[in-house]
Amino acid sequence: MKTNANLKTITNPQRISVPRIKSAKWWVYHLLVGGFALLMLYPVIWLLMSSFKPSEMIFVTAKSLIPDPWILDNFSKGWEGIGGNSFGVFIKNTVVLVIFTMIGQVISSAFIAFGFARMNFFGKGFWFAIMMVTLMLPYEVVMIPQYIIFSKLGWLDSIKPIVIPAYFGHPFFIFLLVQFIRTIPRELDEAATIDGCNTFKIFYKIILPLIRPALATAAIFSFYWTWDNLLGPVLYLNSPDKYTVSMALNMFLSNETVSNWGAMFAMSIVTLIPVFVVFFLFQRHVVEGISTSGLKG
Amino acid sequence: MSARAIKQNLGGYLFIGPFVIGFLAFTFIPIITSLYLSFTSYNMFSTPSWIGLENYKKMFTADPRYWQSLKVTLIYVLAGVPLRLGFALLVAMILNTTSRAVGLYRSLFYLPSLIGGSVAVAIMWRNIFGDEGIVNILLGLLGIPDVRWFGDPTAALWMLIFLSVWQFGSSMLIFLAGLKSIPMSYYEAASVDGANYWQKFTKITLPMLSPVILFNTIMQTIAAFMTFVPAFIISKGTGGPLDGTLLYSLYLFIQGFEFFNMGYASAMAWIMLIIVGILTAIIFFTSKYWVHYESEGGK
Repeated sequence: MKTNANLKTITNPQRISVPRIKSAKWWVYHLLVGGFALLMLYPVIWLLMSSFKPSEMIFVTAKSLIPDPWILDNFSKGWEGIGGNSFGVFIKNTVVLVIFTMIGQVISSAFIAFGFARMNFFGKGFWFAIMMVTLMLPYEVVMIPQYIIFSKLGWLDSIKPIVIPAYFGHPFFIFLLVQFIRTIPRELDEAATIDGCNTFKIFYKIILPLIRPALATAAIFSFYWTWDNLLGPVLYLNSPDKYTVSMALNMFLSNETVSNWGAMFAMSIVTLIPVFVVFFLFQRHVVEGISTSGLKG
Repeated sequence: MSARAIKQNLGGYLFIGPFVIGFLAFTFIPIITSLYLSFTSYNMFSTPSWIGLENYKKMFTADPRYWQSLKVTLIYVLAGVPLRLGFALLVAMILNTTSRAVGLYRSLFYLPSLIGGSVAVAIMWRNIFGDEGIVNILLGLLGIPDVRWFGDPTAALWMLIFLSVWQFGSSMLIFLAGLKSIPMSYYEAASVDGANYWQKFTKITLPMLSPVILFNTIMQTIAAFMTFVPAFIISKGTGGPLDGTLLYSLYLFIQGFEFFNMGYASAMAWIMLIIVGILTAIIFFTSKYWVHYESEGGK
């Protein structure tokens, strides 16, 4: 990419030297692209603004973005939650689920990725191919047997069926980390071996610190996918006091009456806040993680 | 085998061991179980009883809802994926400049994809397409009569397709990375030779980008086939109106976890696996005619 930029400045010096002609074009470009970005984000902005409108006004005033009057009632009403459980309970449940899943997926994936990227053993190509196929396997194929197995184990109505498999690696993250580890020169490992490091020490003293950016990307995506996950919780959690935010929103929707639109919108915004915060803090990791690894999303 | 080789192998399996165990326990055994269950009648409460090909026969000859779900899903995939990829490529090309604001724009365009799988967004989509929602108000301003998005099965399916197109961000980012790796000198040489914009696009951009297009097409097709949450939320779990949004995954879920037809749902899962496999194979095998790799014989 660097060579590209250099090439551009060398072969195209007029780009820099004629700013006046560019400026008219510049304005048109940014008006169009910026306008399009706003259009894309409009539904989200509309949702946000509607959460500050009284429920009975939301559709009457759907055209105007600005609430009149601004109210915060929706948030307090929504926070009361559903079935005697406040929204705080759902958030707590989701946070617990996310933390345990994230830790499991990141640590195990790094460990496994090291094996694939650095160890030589019989059948490595086979297992790597198996992992790539698993990556493309529709979840629906394993969903029903997994459900039966977990119910036989007595794991229903707990987060175990979602959390425990996370400790056996996630194909996407393994692939991402393998690619990343391969860019680290093997000479580092060899030097460490000469200094008396065993393989395990090489893993956590040399490789782990060097792949921190990729670990961050994996952690962020693990957070998003677990936070938004609906199918897993719908299958495995039955008691309302164990519900996650996704399930709580789904319950809001099935109880929908004219009177609680506002509350539903407000809680929708609440569930999106952590996602936005993480995005704005770690934008670079997110955007680059996708561009280089082709993560789904 | 030398002691060293044994040690190497042991070490390797120690590291990938969690994957091997997890694969056997949570993928391989379930797949085999699923195949077995697909030949049985099973409701979770009794023992599975072997019925041979009965599930498959019922699926294709006696279940119109099955055909409906297949049809709806194919429309969703065949309309949604090309629209989404086309849109993603267009935006990526627009953003492929040296402007400093590109970083901001690509983040903004990616945002809908990031939140797209969440229930909150499906709820939002449901409401902006509602009878009094903003989409109908905008259509009204253009002089187009209200569309009853929840009354008309075709309109409801298009509402889902629009949602998937709106989430073009991850494909766009991958395209953008691909575009950035095409040397500017190619375009400049073409300009010298008098190529117009369209010629540059078809003779340079598309061939150079074809491996990325292939990758995006496969991943997006599989993902589209598995779409569940938006259809589940927008139709409140029913697949309505008139099964217009009864995506395959949703119908499989309904059969498995509402009717407890675990055997039937397993058979559905196997057909899905076969369809996804065939689609992927078609994309792969035709790719040699349209995917261009820079070093011939390479990759």
